Amino acid sequence: MLNNNAYIINNHENGVKKFEKKRNITCIICPQGCNLEVWYNENNEVKEIKGYSCKRGLEYGWNESTNPVRMLTTTIQIDGGKLPVVPVKSNKPLPKDLLFECMNVIRKVQLKAPVRAGEVVIKNILNTGVDIVTTRDM
Amino acid sequence: MESIGFVEFWKVIDMREAGLIKNIDLIGDADFIEEADPIKEDFIEEDLVKGADFADFIKETDLIVIGGGPAGLAAAIEARERGVEDIIIIERDQELGGILQQCIHTGFGLKIFKEELTGPEYAGRFIKQLEEKNIQYMLNTMVIDITREKVVTAVNPSEGLLKLKAKAIILAMGCRERTRGALNIPGTRPAGVYTAGTAQRLINIEGYMPGKNVVILGSGDIGLIMARRLTLEGAQVKMVCELMPYPGGLKRNIVQCLEDFNIPLKLSHTVVNIHGNKRLEGVTIARVDENRKPIPGTEEYVECDTLLLSVGLIPENELSSEAGVEIDPLTGGPVVNDSMETSIRGIFACGNVVHVHDLVDNVTEESRIAGRGAAEYILAGLHERKGGLARNQEGLKYIGVTHEKEIQEKGKEIQKNEIKENEIKEGETQENAVWVRPGKGIRYVVPQKILPGHLLNPVDGYSKNEIKLLFRVNNIYSNVRISLMAEGKTVHSVKRLKVAPGEMESMSITKRLMEKIMAEFEHTDTDEERNLNKEKGKKEVILQLEEISI
Repeated sequence: MLNNNAYIINNHENGVKKFEKKRNITCIICPQGCNLEVWYNENNEVKEIKGYSCKRGLEYGWNESTNPVRMLTTTIQIDGGKLPVVPVKSNKPLPKDLLFECMNVIRKVQLKAPVRAGEVVIKNILNTGVDIVTTRDM
Repeated sequence: MESIGFVEFWKVIDMREAGLIKNIDLIGDADFIEEADPIKEDFIEEDLVKGADFADFIKETDLIVIGGGPAGLAAAIEARERGVEDIIIIERDQELGGILQQCIHTGFGLKIFKEELTGPEYAGRFIKQLEEKNIQYMLNTMVIDITREKVVTAVNPSEGLLKLKAKAIILAMGCRERTRGALNIPGTRPAGVYTAGTAQRLINIEGYMPGKNVVILGSGDIGLIMARRLTLEGAQVKMVCELMPYPGGLKRNIVQCLEDFNIPLKLSHTVVNIHGNKRLEGVTIARVDENRKPIPGTEEYVECDTLLLSVGLIPENELSSEAGVEIDPLTGGPVVNDSMETSIRGIFACGNVVHVHDLVDNVTEESRIAGRGAAEYILAGLHERKGGLARNQEGLKYIGVTHEKEIQEKGKEIQKNEIKENEIKEGETQENAVWVRPGKGIRYVVPQKILPGHLLNPVDGYSKNEIKLLFRVNNIYSNVRISLMAEGKTVHSVKRLKVAPGEMESMSITKRLMEKIMAEFEHTDTDEERNLNKEKGKKEVILQLEEISI
């Protein structure tokens, strides 16, 4: 379900089939929104990044193509609180492709009020070393 | 009973219009209205002298902040830090924090705290500061009226109707979402059509899922955030349709909320019909032409049980308008000066009630300016003076000042005309301001006027290092130069590689730049030139955009 819009280009140069894989990502460092091209080699390793216009863009492209991570924020059901749900977040960014699996873990948890903001409610989710913590008192 | 009350009410209005009474709030109870009867003229004159009999007011305070969201919180804290002792925040919800409490995603505070917080965390930091500073607040309390004289009428379930009188007011009511009604989408009226913010509240606060198959109209930030939120919670977001040829929200939200989840963004598309009886069954979408009119033959039926609207926000200014605050038609919010003071002296405004921001950090910065402005106003005792601008380009100077004590000394001899005269002078002082107008390519600029004295003639505690102009462009442009023009000459310009309406831009006016601007006004050769394209004597600078080739 997650975006992985990589595609393979097969070039026929001098009759030799050449493997090339490219992926487009949009840089989000500044409003300019450069279109970055990530080129892979045969071993699916990032070979080159094109299309950036600054150093930060290159860094973003590199991180985004080698180890894309995202903060996860959601809510957890809570008993006896002022509201039926309490907002939570991952205390560190999680690997992008684990977001849905993490959601499945979080969905099964039921908390009991009171909780304090910053309390760890799920430790080391999916062995990522990342904790799920509350973001407000309830 | 009601009809009698009504007649009395109009009597009071007549009296106010005839200049007989002042400072009397029209939403009074029966006793109050009776006291204002013309027969008891002595009382009324006394009223004039004292500024009003405030026996009816439950509380008198220095500063009332209307709204306990990010704007109100930051403004109140800043005012307290600058020495205002008596502050009350009035909040209509059951808790402080405003819309931040339902914005559970991260991305708040990068500028203010240099870290990425969630909405509740960002709000939490300010609420903690507020409590440490013992700033009072009222919850579940809805302000229903404010007046020029800074009388605030509010209502809540435990105390009923309340009246408060302040020396200064800060408007921080925020904004509300445009709804289906504002768009005139044809079709049936089934359940399942929500504004994006309502859906956000349902999921993040109330714990309900609004639907399973979702179409989102409008690519504003809340719509994008909700596309991700709904997807994570297991719904299928089929598409986001955007009327304009470019997305409305921040770039990072387009990438992290749509591209990450392969949600198609259909630019130049809109919803032209809504289907379903009890529950939404589907929508018809269509491509639009450059005039944003649907192109016949491009219609497409999309099955869905939920339609979210993220089609813009409107500053909530019913209270401001009723008080007589001048509204800028371009922003939908009050016209403000560089201290965030509205057209009524002592009434300040900040945050989304002034113009819709995309980052809460900018709201906080702006609100601190308003809090500071209100503090200066209160501490300088300006609320006791009728007429007069605190600072003009000559520095701290009062024009047409009539101190309340002076009125008292003169006693009943004081003529109504005298006060009226002073009020006129209050208006005149606006001429000292330099107006900032949006020119070519610019949709709006805030503040709309700057008082050069704030930069050029710093008086202790009143000096400013810079005045920040916040503005939005009216389209997507690449390689542009944004210039500030005074008397047809460019006084300052900045280059931008890319600008978009969805991302607010800013330009700083420093003391040096202000001197340059003022010099241009003085250099104007002839009177004719000076009056060209503008009202007599009104100074204005124009912010404009031009595309450049590189």
